[in-house]
Amino acid sequence: MALVALRNVTKTYPAPEKGAPPVVAIDGVSLEIEPGDVYGIIGYSGAGKSTLVRLVNALEPATSGSIEVDGREITTMPERELRGIRLGIGMIFQQFNLFNSKTVWANIAYPLQVAGASKSEISARVAELLEFVGLAGKAKNYPDQLSGGQKQRVGIARALATSPRLLLADEATSALDPETTQEVLELLKRVNREFGVTIIVITHEMDVIQSIATKVAVMDGGRVIEHGDVFDVFSNPQNPSSQRFVGTVVKGTPSPAELAVLRERHEGRIVTISFRDGDASQAAVFVALATAGIEFELVYGGINDIQGRAFGHLTLAIRGADAAVDAVLAEISSRVDVTEVP
Amino acid sequence: MDRLFELGSEFWVAAAETLYMASLTLLIGGLGGLLLGTVLYTTRPGSLLSNRAVFNIVNVVINFFRPIPFIIFIAAVQPLSRLVIGTGIGNDALIFALSIAASFAIARIVEQNLLTVSPGAIEAARAMGAGPLRILRTVVIPEALGPLILGYTFVLVAIVDMTAMAGFIGGGGLGNFALVYGYRQFEPAITWAAVIIIVVFVQGVQFLGNWLARKVMRR
Repeated sequence: MALVALRNVTKTYPAPEKGAPPVVAIDGVSLEIEPGDVYGIIGYSGAGKSTLVRLVNALEPATSGSIEVDGREITTMPERELRGIRLGIGMIFQQFNLFNSKTVWANIAYPLQVAGASKSEISARVAELLEFVGLAGKAKNYPDQLSGGQKQRVGIARALATSPRLLLADEATSALDPETTQEVLELLKRVNREFGVTIIVITHEMDVIQSIATKVAVMDGGRVIEHGDVFDVFSNPQNPSSQRFVGTVVKGTPSPAELAVLRERHEGRIVTISFRDGDASQAAVFVALATAGIEFELVYGGINDIQGRAFGHLTLAIRGADAAVDAVLAEISSRVDVTEVP
Repeated sequence: MDRLFELGSEFWVAAAETLYMASLTLLIGGLGGLLLGTVLYTTRPGSLLSNRAVFNIVNVVINFFRPIPFIIFIAAVQPLSRLVIGTGIGNDALIFALSIAASFAIARIVEQNLLTVSPGAIEAARAMGAGPLRILRTVVIPEALGPLILGYTFVLVAIVDMTAMAGFIGGGGLGNFALVYGYRQFEPAITWAAVIIIVVFVQGVQFLGNWLARKVMRR
């Protein structure tokens, strides 16, 4: 059973001024998130992804539709009961949102106090979490004495304090530099692997999705325009908006401008070969090309690795007799996708 | 100067009266202001317990009383003072009037300082399942404590200022002392002695407030 199930959910805000139409932030979204998933939700700012994640822990009430968390419908639940649901959902934020007046220790202890844990339970759990996030020496420090990466690790420890099954990460790495981003993403991976916590990752950065997500939904204008396994969406994005996001991390096919440059520099026919995990091996394709009595050059592209599965697009410039080129293209197109670039 | 030494003991009594009026007003008005300010903060639209009716009523009441000049306010609340504390004159009547006036001023300062608390910290507490009253008590007020201390320091200085009007309803204090023995008897040395004690008192309060706020904010 899905851990989180959204069915036809909408969220509308009242018009910002009289006469204007109401603002539709979420427009009929349906998603199912299975236990153990690291589910990425990507979109440009204003796409509705932050609103969507706030519907899951009911920080914002949905306007219509149904949201089930762990099999319980939350859209009709009274506020008091929702607080119990929120105890079972951790959340981390772009700006960390730590309590600046409390020490690292007290920040992590806070949700446990809300949950009514005993003093000894709190001490034990906070110590364990500090160890887990590698901040055992910082218990007595205040947030303003920590670096951005350390603050987010406190945020993660705090979010995990009540041992939630679900963690919501709202642009959790967007305020961090690339190196710290990788550290925090590694930590989130461990959270998923070691504690089996399901994670919903909101981001506008495709490399965040690439490094940790197993599934991805692409949002635009309050709608989910494409969703599926990360490998499928990365290797074969259907929607123009998804293609743009994938293009930010995957060197795929050359753009028209790049193609013009390539044509100036290379003679012959330009052909893009697309590999996908499970298709014929690259070796077979290159052997066929090498023994066909033609010349070829690799001019653009790359091979990407998504969770241990490879895919990529390689663009070749091929010179030789037309008949020989046609013959070899026919041969390899029985193994992989071949697109001749006109 | 000789005259000042003659009045020595009365001078110190006046100083003690000022301290008494200021500190008791800070206590009563401070609590009242904290309550009113917190109500304003929590009931404003979009806040933890937003309630337009309560917010508007408290807002209008504060706006009604705040602009009344204090010396007129003292006279205006005299009947209420007689009803509540049994007298309309003297130091206690001044404390009564000043506590009410200070509550309304402090309410605004409390409201402003609570509004500086990052909405993110409040959202984080909500996401952890904390209820509005718990968030107010364990997040909003602790997060705003530094600026609140500075706000209260500012108010205490203003309260000392206003205790000087106690003489108007038969109260004492350094203000009254300076007016009666200094101003009316053409003894500038006495006026200045009172001024210096008040300045020392205010400096002390400000220093203490800054020190406490710095300790709380650790900056």
